[in-house]
Amino acid sequence: MHALLQGLKVVELASDRAAYAGKLMGDLGAQVIVIEPPGGHVSRTYGPFVDDKPDPDRCLWWWHYNTSKRGVVLDLKSREGREDFKRLVKDADIVLEGEDPGVLDALGIDHTQIRAENPGLIWVSVTPYGRMVADLHGPATDLTLLAGGGVAWSCGYDDHSLPPIRPSGGHAHHTASAFAILGALTAVVHRDFTGVGQHVDVSMLAATNVTTEISSIDWLWKRSTVQRRTGRHASEQLTMDIQIRTADGGYCTNPMGLTAAAHYQAALDWLRELGLEEEMPEAFMLQLGVERGGVPMKVLNTDDIEGIEIYRAGREALYLIASKLTMQEFFVGAQTRGIACGPVYSPDEALNDEHYKFRDYPTQVEHPELGRSYTYPGLPFTGEMIPGAIQRAPLLGEHTAEVLAALKEDA
Amino acid sequence: MQTAERQAAGAQADATKSTALSHVRICDLTGLLAGAGATRFLAAFGAQIIRVEQPAHEKHRWDFLRGGILPDGRSGIEFGSSFSNHNVEKLSVTLDLKSPEGKALLTKLIAASDVVTENFSAHVMERLGFGYEQLKAIKEDIIYVSNGGFGKTGPYSDFKSVGQVVQPVTGLSFMSGLPDKPPAGWGFAYMDHLGAYLMATAVLGGLVARKRTGKGQWIDFSCTEAGIGLTGPYLLDATVNGRPNRRPGMPNSNSENFPAMAPHGIYPAAGDDSWVAIACRGDEDWKLLAKAIGEPWAQDARFAAFDARMANRDELDRLLAAWTRKFERKQVEDLLVAAGVPASQVSMPEDRIENDPRTSRWGLWPTVQHDVLGGVRVEGIPIHMSETDWSLRKGAPCLGADNDFVYGSLLGLPQAEIEDLKARRVI
Repeated sequence: MHALLQGLKVVELASDRAAYAGKLMGDLGAQVIVIEPPGGHVSRTYGPFVDDKPDPDRCLWWWHYNTSKRGVVLDLKSREGREDFKRLVKDADIVLEGEDPGVLDALGIDHTQIRAENPGLIWVSVTPYGRMVADLHGPATDLTLLAGGGVAWSCGYDDHSLPPIRPSGGHAHHTASAFAILGALTAVVHRDFTGVGQHVDVSMLAATNVTTEISSIDWLWKRSTVQRRTGRHASEQLTMDIQIRTADGGYCTNPMGLTAAAHYQAALDWLRELGLEEEMPEAFMLQLGVERGGVPMKVLNTDDIEGIEIYRAGREALYLIASKLTMQEFFVGAQTRGIACGPVYSPDEALNDEHYKFRDYPTQVEHPELGRSYTYPGLPFTGEMIPGAIQRAPLLGEHTAEVLAALKEDA
Repeated sequence: MQTAERQAAGAQADATKSTALSHVRICDLTGLLAGAGATRFLAAFGAQIIRVEQPAHEKHRWDFLRGGILPDGRSGIEFGSSFSNHNVEKLSVTLDLKSPEGKALLTKLIAASDVVTENFSAHVMERLGFGYEQLKAIKEDIIYVSNGGFGKTGPYSDFKSVGQVVQPVTGLSFMSGLPDKPPAGWGFAYMDHLGAYLMATAVLGGLVARKRTGKGQWIDFSCTEAGIGLTGPYLLDATVNGRPNRRPGMPNSNSENFPAMAPHGIYPAAGDDSWVAIACRGDEDWKLLAKAIGEPWAQDARFAAFDARMANRDELDRLLAAWTRKFERKQVEDLLVAAGVPASQVSMPEDRIENDPRTSRWGLWPTVQHDVLGGVRVEGIPIHMSETDWSLRKGAPCLGADNDFVYGSLLGLPQAEIEDLKARRVI
């Protein structure tokens, strides 16, 4: 089988910013060599660690973001290390790096010179604000980028005495890495046609800015500012809550409410199946919903009092039903009745769901150094050229000797 | 046209247009952000994206973002704000997919395309008679990329998915919030964006592989699976260490980080609902921060070393918040960044779109020309390429605006036949 990106050689300088890009390319079949400084890249210290024992080869952050790569230690601060690096990229298709502007220049690693010797080379730089505006750079982290790029403003709670929320870590990296791959592969497609490589300049801040959906668009379109809302879209106008508590203490979302006549019939039938109709005096409103032919969401912005009350009763019916069911039961029950719903799973609950097991999404990755395999998230793609296996991340310096020996043979 | 001619023609037509992908034609059945966002990127780099849409008389649109209301109150099919953003630099043709003649037109278009993209519900393409086997029969090396919430197989393949379904199912919503509060989740369809990026990745990957093997393929993308993968280190903590993600204290997503940092959080600034993010990457950052604060508590031994700061994190956050509250959010950012400490205001849309040289100098908010609306400001692309950079000039297409060009010039139908198809509402 030919793997999707088979035949592409990627040389990556280990970084937080571009690690996910290298991982995805590696998982999709590219030959990725990740270069670390002596002692290992700092991300090997991030944790969490296998059995909570800190060790560069037991770091789960490293494990996750460096699958399907080979690992080489080079000291780019030494002349010898730089020479090895330059020989390594001589026949590479892509260089992927996430160094702050100026760092590589200071080491004498200038992509314009290297590309002059290998005109087909594609060099991808991921920096906080983009090399184009190198002079504007300051210290930045994932958190400050998600705050400055507009993601945090849209996330949090209805209660605005609570801070905006960074909706978990790493997403400035993920977003930038996605654009790093897009840029790299766009450049490969162009080079396949013309032979010409190029430099791809990725701005993490710009990437987060354009990954905020209506927050940017509402401003650009009508200069309106969205406000954060608990667990649902930020919006200018107040909207109804969409998170529903389930009997096991979890939550499910019902983002659309009940809109079609069939939804109202389904909710009524569901109440009856569970023997709950008596507990809900306004259940008759659901019948009205059926007779009206449903209640479109846009009714909520009108003075159609009856429509709004029916819509509200639909929500109440779901609250009552959910209070008797587990998260999983309510989710599957709603969806099989045609009602959009998502369980607020924890990541491990998601991975263990029968749907993903059926699809073989959880993937066993062999760790011979520990004498066993572990379950990893798989690739989100299926197809003839999508590899089914993922290789574990390299141990520190695992492939240094082998890769450098091959270089010397070539030389 | 052959690809070389196509590229030359494309370059000639508009010298400012990117030639990176100008030899690529996509028959684009996508809609909404998750699909249209994917082909948007490719369009910016010169790919010819032919959006296939329902004829004007169809009331129910698969891309319900197309219609909308203008700030001046006018409403209509050309006025969707998100649509106008997501579909820049694309062409639009209409055809009735339910009619045999419409299917015949789509067949011709597919035969002339490199790629077919769609994000319908799981089994729609098969029902329409355009599953992968049929696509392949039309064009042997076609690249077909489908994007769905749950993928085309499995017990949930027919389940409805929108952003606020995808993010909950994946664990991403759970991971967002403060301890002992309901999930804060995501205030936007994050996975529509990431899904779009990864869908475009699949298209490009397909083109790369076709060049090397001569073969097309079908790649099915599952947005929820992509989302689960983004929780990686937490997930491995559960699968490797047996530590459940659902446990007391989880989540605490402003504070928690890989690597752990203290202080690390979002703090109040002066004024109403005004905030600033601060992160100290280590003791050196803390020393700089303490000096910038210049108050005695900041020199306290309880906060001098990382372990101590982590142990006293609540107290540290309280004191830091009392300090940040004295200043405007941008003042705190400017002061701390100048001191060398990572800090950023929690930017409101106006801050980052109108008042941030890092985005304006990048060219991140270009104005495109829309046939009805005139100049429309849209989002740019967060990468620049040294040889074949993107350009966005043309606004989203009006419905069916390119019927004559695509059916006539491209597919070779006589104008009289096109007029007849229009009259009979096939297109």
